[in-house]
Amino acid sequence: MNKSQQVLEVKNLKTHFFTRAGVVKAVNDISFSVDKGEVLGLVGESGSGKSVMGFSILGLVDPPGRVVGGEIIFNGENIAQFSDKQMQQLRGKRIAMIFQDPMMTLNPVLRIDTQMIEAIRTHENIDKRTAYERACEGLALVGIPSPQERMSAYPHQFSGGMRQRVAIAIAMLNKPDLIIADEPTTALDVTIQAQILHQMQKICRESGMSLIWITHDLSVVAGLAKKISVMYSGRIVENGPIDDVLDRPCHPYTHGLIQSVPSRNRRGKKLYQISGTTPSLLNISPGCAFRSRCERQDQRCLTSPPGTSMMNGRQVYCWHPYEDEGAKV
Amino acid sequence: MTEFIIRRLTQSIGVLLIMSILVFVGVFAIGDPVEVLINPDATQAEVEQMTEDLGLDKPVWEQYFIFLTNVVKGNLGNSFVFNEPALKLILSHAPATLELAFISMLFAIIIGVPLGMYAGFKPDSLVSKSIMGGSIFGFSLPPFWVALMIIFVFSVKLGWLPASGRGETVDLFGIPVSFLTWDGLTHLILPAFSLGLLRLSLMIRLARAGTYENLMMDYVKFARAKGLSDMRVIMGHILKNIMIPIVTISGLELGNTIAFAVITETIYAWPGMGKLVIDAIGVLDRPVIVAYLMLVVVMFIFINFVVDLLYSVLDPRVRLGDLKS
Amino acid sequence: MKQNNPDEYTERKTMDKPFDPIEPDGAEDILKPPETPLWLFISEFMENRLAVLGFFIFLGIFLIALSAPWISPQNPFDLAQLDIMNSELKPGAKIGDMTFWLGTDGQGRDMLSAIFYGLRVSLTVSVVSTIIAVIIGSVMGLISAYFGGRTDMLVMRIVDIQLSFPPMLVALILIAVLGQGADKIIISLVAVQWAYYARTIRGSALVERSKEYIEAASCLSLSHRRIMFVHLLPNCLPPVIIVVTIQVARAIIIESSLSFLGIGLPITEPSLGLLVANGFEFMLSGMYWISFFPGIALVFTILSINLVGDHLRDILNPRLKK
Repeated sequence: MNKSQQVLEVKNLKTHFFTRAGVVKAVNDISFSVDKGEVLGLVGESGSGKSVMGFSILGLVDPPGRVVGGEIIFNGENIAQFSDKQMQQLRGKRIAMIFQDPMMTLNPVLRIDTQMIEAIRTHENIDKRTAYERACEGLALVGIPSPQERMSAYPHQFSGGMRQRVAIAIAMLNKPDLIIADEPTTALDVTIQAQILHQMQKICRESGMSLIWITHDLSVVAGLAKKISVMYSGRIVENGPIDDVLDRPCHPYTHGLIQSVPSRNRRGKKLYQISGTTPSLLNISPGCAFRSRCERQDQRCLTSPPGTSMMNGRQVYCWHPYEDEGAKV
Repeated sequence: MTEFIIRRLTQSIGVLLIMSILVFVGVFAIGDPVEVLINPDATQAEVEQMTEDLGLDKPVWEQYFIFLTNVVKGNLGNSFVFNEPALKLILSHAPATLELAFISMLFAIIIGVPLGMYAGFKPDSLVSKSIMGGSIFGFSLPPFWVALMIIFVFSVKLGWLPASGRGETVDLFGIPVSFLTWDGLTHLILPAFSLGLLRLSLMIRLARAGTYENLMMDYVKFARAKGLSDMRVIMGHILKNIMIPIVTISGLELGNTIAFAVITETIYAWPGMGKLVIDAIGVLDRPVIVAYLMLVVVMFIFINFVVDLLYSVLDPRVRLGDLKS
Repeated sequence: MKQNNPDEYTERKTMDKPFDPIEPDGAEDILKPPETPLWLFISEFMENRLAVLGFFIFLGIFLIALSAPWISPQNPFDLAQLDIMNSELKPGAKIGDMTFWLGTDGQGRDMLSAIFYGLRVSLTVSVVSTIIAVIIGSVMGLISAYFGGRTDMLVMRIVDIQLSFPPMLVALILIAVLGQGADKIIISLVAVQWAYYARTIRGSALVERSKEYIEAASCLSLSHRRIMFVHLLPNCLPPVIIVVTIQVARAIIIESSLSFLGIGLPITEPSLGLLVANGFEFMLSGMYWISFFPGIALVFTILSINLVGDHLRDILNPRLKK
């Protein structure tokens, strides 16, 4: 990994929520990196802490949560140490974020043009007219027809897919180096999902932006991302180039995840399921979080957090990873 | 938009009609209406004349119709005490009450909303906690007692402000108002404060609750993710969202304020409708009571109407339908 | 499954049955109190010291009101006990073996006793009207939510119209039309409050109604009445509790305001508002205590209710839960 090519490197990040019921370790020692122009897929079930991961990078974790440890190196600087004011300058300009639910993301009582223009003018001192034009171009870029008419409309007048496109347009307005997309297509139906995916692919290819695509759906990232990180219960369990990981997963969880994708199962046979349920992020035990559902677990998994094994440009956090380049799926 | 106005107008007229029926029933059908509208010392001949005038020998629904036409003509009988048309009496006293009510509400909103927003934005700061503590306190003080206490402190003991009466008035569009004169202002301060304290507390709590709730919404997170400054997020995004419930409740509270003004006017000898009506209830001057009721209901319906209009202006989801792409 | 040997059980868990979820290792669990919803609720409530204080203050006031005839130094409404020579005494004055802790009014009444009795009257009226309003409101709300359709629309229309009128105004109108008297006050207070309860209960009931246990109950062909009151009602109560606190406080303010104006409770049942009104004239000559202390009593009562209600609202508000 050429360090100078990295746009983001997350090292040992920990984000904890200090609630009345106990400490929720939503992000529990996570490390990964994203290169320039690369798409990273961050995959995990709900409750794995992936959204919190995204917020942590931008410094948007709401109390009672906060980042308690680790480094976030963005373009060479550790932004975990940044003050709120410094983060404000980064947000929307160098790093942008797209959220899951487009209905709630846009302010329902403000017009689209207001919301887009303010995103531009908060970082650059240009006049309204120019900002307006840039916003129009932005809308056209995401494939929204007749942008001028759309600009003076309100969010509730758009369909879900359109709203998400607007959110994407806003994220791209200032040509950021990195976009974090938190399940942007989960709330949309499949056809729209495909369109948006296609759009994003095009944009990334053409502009050289890096993208972290957070999702629970393996099939979505399969065609889009170059690298994949699999998260489970606040930890990364496997990291690596996507084709390798998907074809020959090393971690039992990844293995199970891939097996569970319905299209992979043969007709007539029972659908594969990973047994057990996701553990709560409260009161996390010291050992491996996946052991209660793992077929390969033993005493060691109970007591110590699994160390990393590096093999063929991949990282696996497991005491019993599938050897020889992973299991056949 | 026009459709909306027409719909609301018809609704308002409907409510007015219902109210008129209620008043009619309350005043005419129960008990002897002649007794209601005529001086208790009237002679027998006058009573008979009145009975005929009122058409009490006619069927009930016709009586109601006569009542209604009378109301529309503005004829609500004469006050027993002043021997003047009741409606005219009430109307002449209305500006004083309205002035008091408006100034109090304005005071409550202008001071209350910013304080509440601050408290919602930084809920854990000492300032916010004192604001909230103060608001519960303000909320728990009976208005009449507050009025008495501040009169005691500021007027009796300190002698800074006058304890009663309305100040000098100037004519604004033909209506006498007192807040434009210095003398008028000093007379306004104590009554407006005691009337507005409860509303102030309410506004603080509303603004705080609204701000607090909105802060947790996704659109705020998204706005911050765009890099907007906190000030911009509060003023540009959150403010507009919380104005909606604030405006709606302000309308209701304006009505409440007009009602509570009755107390303030009595204590401060403020020459408004409220004092008039309390005196009227005391001596059973029913035409005045009826006139007050009808006027207040009309005002109130008008306020509701304006609030609805404002609501649709503020919330585009109500105003515009869905133009799905 | 043999579970005689605990070691065997643990061993089995780790070796032979890898698919059973294993308890988290936090051994600190032993010392935690039982996590029933009631206990969680109480401990959450205790977090706000002010609210707890308010609760105890209100309890104290309630007890005072309940026992007024027995704990007052003097029965202020028994004319035989009053001596006009004792009038207008400052707080703390001692005459003979009687100490007038809070002074006396224009007719020699001990303020402390008058306040005790006044609290009793004010609280009684407010609480009674609230109870009646809750009953009426709940029934209307339940019927509205349960039967739905036209009934619902009709009831909610009435509720909406009622609610769009400011409470004080409605109370004023009713008093103006009905005349004075304790029962008329209660009627006005009920009329002002029932709509809030109706709307609240209807809201909860609509949510609960679509849940499975209600479906199950109707499958058992239980009578409508039974389903509504035995099954639905208990689950709709939490928001009602919050509304009750707000409304009782409001009722006290309205009642005392009306009494202050002289159109509330009659002199035979003097409320704190009336006491304050009596003291008005004396205040201008510097004798503040006749109005001041009854007012303070009112403030404490309302404040304590508001403190408790406020905190309850924070705890029970689902939207504020993360």
